[in-house]
Amino acid sequence: MEPNLSSEDAAFRDEVRSFIAENYPQEMRVPNPETDLTKEQSLLWHRILFRKGWIAPLWPKQYGGTGWSIIRRFIWEQETSRAGTLPPLAFSVTMVGPVIYTYGNEAQKTQFLPRILSGEDWWCQGYSEPGSGSDLASVRTKAVRDGDHYVVNGHKTWTTLAQHADWIFCLVRTDPEATPQAGISFLLIDMKTPGVTVRPIITIDGSHEVNDVFLEDVRVPTENLIGEENKGWTYAKFLLGNERTSMAGIGRSTRYLNRLKEIVNAEIPEDDAARGEFVKDIARVELDVLALEATELRIVAQMSRGIDPGPIASLFKIRGTEIFQRITDLTHRAIGNYGLALREHPPSANIYMPGPDHGHTASEKYLNSRKLSIYGGSNEIQHNIIAKTVLGL
Amino acid sequence: MDIQFTEEQELLRNSVQRLLRDQYDFATRRKIVATEGGWSRAQWDRFAELGLLAAPLPEEFGGLGRRSLAAMIIMQEFGRNLVVEPFLETVILAAGLIDDVGSTAQRDEFLPDIAEGKAIWTLAWTEAGSRYNLNDVSTVARKTGDGYILAGAKAAVIGAPWADKLIVSARTSGGQRDRGGVSLFVVDRESAGLHLQSFKTIDGRRAAEIDFRDVRVPASRLLGNEGEGVLALEACRDTAIAALCAEAVGAINALNSATLGYAKTRKQFGVALGSFQVLQHRMVDMFIAAEEAVSLMQHLNLALVAQEGHCSKLASGAKSKIGEAARFVGEQAIQLHGGMGMSDELNVGHYFKRIAAINVQFGDPTYHLLRYARAN
Repeated sequence: MEPNLSSEDAAFRDEVRSFIAENYPQEMRVPNPETDLTKEQSLLWHRILFRKGWIAPLWPKQYGGTGWSIIRRFIWEQETSRAGTLPPLAFSVTMVGPVIYTYGNEAQKTQFLPRILSGEDWWCQGYSEPGSGSDLASVRTKAVRDGDHYVVNGHKTWTTLAQHADWIFCLVRTDPEATPQAGISFLLIDMKTPGVTVRPIITIDGSHEVNDVFLEDVRVPTENLIGEENKGWTYAKFLLGNERTSMAGIGRSTRYLNRLKEIVNAEIPEDDAARGEFVKDIARVELDVLALEATELRIVAQMSRGIDPGPIASLFKIRGTEIFQRITDLTHRAIGNYGLALREHPPSANIYMPGPDHGHTASEKYLNSRKLSIYGGSNEIQHNIIAKTVLGL
Repeated sequence: MDIQFTEEQELLRNSVQRLLRDQYDFATRRKIVATEGGWSRAQWDRFAELGLLAAPLPEEFGGLGRRSLAAMIIMQEFGRNLVVEPFLETVILAAGLIDDVGSTAQRDEFLPDIAEGKAIWTLAWTEAGSRYNLNDVSTVARKTGDGYILAGAKAAVIGAPWADKLIVSARTSGGQRDRGGVSLFVVDRESAGLHLQSFKTIDGRRAAEIDFRDVRVPASRLLGNEGEGVLALEACRDTAIAALCAEAVGAINALNSATLGYAKTRKQFGVALGSFQVLQHRMVDMFIAAEEAVSLMQHLNLALVAQEGHCSKLASGAKSKIGEAARFVGEQAIQLHGGMGMSDELNVGHYFKRIAAINVQFGDPTYHLLRYARAN
């Protein structure tokens, strides 16, 4: 589905399309970019976009953003996700960057923003803790003031790609007496500081994306505090708003749906009764995608007229993740007996993987996609948000 | 209809439970899966010692009889403990087929070794393009003077890297998807011309793609009548489904008790997770799914024991319904455990993965739904 575009915007879309086609690194076209690329490989596209000046469409122009209209940002999202390019690291560009230019001081902006844009600094997110789940305000990691430093002790978990990170942005408790939300601060911590330890967490698909991060007597200069002490919850919520807008995943779902059709066509004979079932199931998901995409386009049109979309992001998160989980489930079913095989991690050409190429990631994607309805605020929490803030229940 | 176990059955169940509790906890299982081979000979020996490998066999081979519900009892506990060793492949599939259609000489040659734990077997019927269709066979067995020559390939054969012997379906006549003309052969895994490409499965086992490059099989290794292999495989599939359903029920129950325990103790927003109504209702649905699954599983196993005529339709119905129930419970168990449910450290994800494999073995829920709908 295409938005109605002016001729200028249509020309922009064509420019984006050909830029991707001509510049996206072949090296990054691996079976599963999220898990199969080295740090250096996954930064290749980031650096290309940086040189082009397209690395941070969300940012204001003065900080290195593109100055695109809402429609153009949407076109960018649509074209890159349709093409299956690996998005620049969200924790850096989409999450901590906007917090720094919105709430940070001049010194912080100068120190951090250029290095985020260039890809020199890799950021990870220190929000979740063991036992915190979707209740982020239950932060127990403590930061105690000691002269011009904070001394930080605690344990962060589910930290995505912390193994590559140069910096971590952390929610820490600076006032143990205050109500849960009121005593939290937003602190930037150099991963090389003594006392920071990263331990891998292997997930059920066998991959290593997430980690435990242990903080033991980590001394952090007070100049790494964002905004005011004990106001961190405000910044954290601002950041989560940015996280949730990007979860509809239309482009990704469309790509995986196309792959599913290819698998069904190749693997299930036309006279097999199961073929008809798959055709119906695929049509249902396709309609789900269509409805979500139409909703997205409607919201984008409203936003470009200056209307605040409000908590609609929760709708995108719920439906976007449900749709993708359904597609990975159907793909795993479509591959038949080869659904028994699970690719080993880290992937290597030396490890034998049976069955047709287009099915090699079916099992791991099916397993890995279970996380989508859990992270970024579980889908149950998203339902609560809509119930409370939209429906007034 | 509720199964009241006899004293003998109760004894069997208690002894399996005790063995697995003492010798097969999740940490042990994790170590077994991580070994090069991916299974444990020592565990297999213990199963043999306890009589588990004989239990589902006829009494003359030291078992409780084919109609004793022994397989159901054992598989339910194996499901609860995520046992990886090839009990289904060796004792249910291979021994079942040998007992069903093997000659007296074959039964006497093969069954004692299985009962004593001396031989690992598996069944190789799936091919790259066969999906779940037992009669879609392109591997051929060419008759020679004193036997057969097998040529072709089998796909995703669970337990093949562990097996001493394979039962292989191959076409002795007819077209690729004809019901008639498929025959079964006992083939040594070490046979000349037999090539394995091993890989790890989603549930931590080992499987292999198998190439048969003119593998010679003596005539004495034809299992059952020539050309009647599909009939034998169909009966074997019903028994296998009954066992897999029991295993799935074991996994479902384990997941439900883990999830319930977690929901009662895990605090979120200052209260126990289980106090949220939306999660209470979810867990009630998981409970209902488990109750229905155990009922259907018992119903199927009793029907098979009584050798009722509608067994094959019922088997497909149960495989579909229990498969969907297990998938639902597995997905929700992960969801309710939150991030922990995604971690390889916790057993919850491993039950989910075993369920994913069960839903592939012998046909997925859609395949069996359609088969149920079309059966008389």
